[in-house]
Amino acid sequence: MQHTQVILTADTLDVPSCINWIMSPQSGGIDVFIGTVRNATKGKSVLRLEFEAYEPMAISEMEKICRQAFDQWPVQKVLVHHRTGTLQVGEIPVIIAVSAAHRAAAFEACRYIIDTLKQTVPIWKKEIFEDGEVWVAAHP
Amino acid sequence: MKINVLAFGVAKEIFGSSLVSLELTNDATIYNLKYLLEQQYPRLKQLASYMVAVNNEYALPGDTIHERDEIAIIPPVSGG
Repeated sequence: MQHTQVILTADTLDVPSCINWIMSPQSGGIDVFIGTVRNATKGKSVLRLEFEAYEPMAISEMEKICRQAFDQWPVQKVLVHHRTGTLQVGEIPVIIAVSAAHRAAAFEACRYIIDTLKQTVPIWKKEIFEDGEVWVAAHP
Repeated sequence: MKINVLAFGVAKEIFGSSLVSLELTNDATIYNLKYLLEQQYPRLKQLASYMVAVNNEYALPGDTIHERDEIAIIPPVSGG
């Protein structure tokens, strides 16, 4: 899929290279979502996050979401990069980028991809606090 | 048949391992697998929910498990 780039990596994500890849002469606009590690959750200080993935399935689920975006909107290129491993506050766990001839498709597809990723892709994050740690969303 | 079950996230902590082996009947379903796992690891029932994946696809409770399938326990995901 030359119009799709899905990467799961333990290396630092690079925003400029994502933007370079997503741009094309046919595009009228690009939409980029950058997830960042927040310093607190529910008023409690977060020291860092640890991301774990079921790698082959995470990649296939991310590719599936990209295909669904192409099915639903007239988009030109779709990119999903996701981190694994330990991330400090301010680091980037996820980048979604979409290019399209017109902005509405880019905005909507970008939102669909991040929202669906959070619901279906087998990646887990553990929040590390000063006094403990918790797997996010694991318990009701 | 003997099957191996991969565990991730909180499931890995509940199992105390990233891989557990189980003995299942030959026509066992996902439902049977979950029942057996919950007998052995009651803390699974405290999760908000969890899914089972077979060969990298989400499976339904009635799906049959085959020997050498790659089985994984998928606790609530939290990527992004």
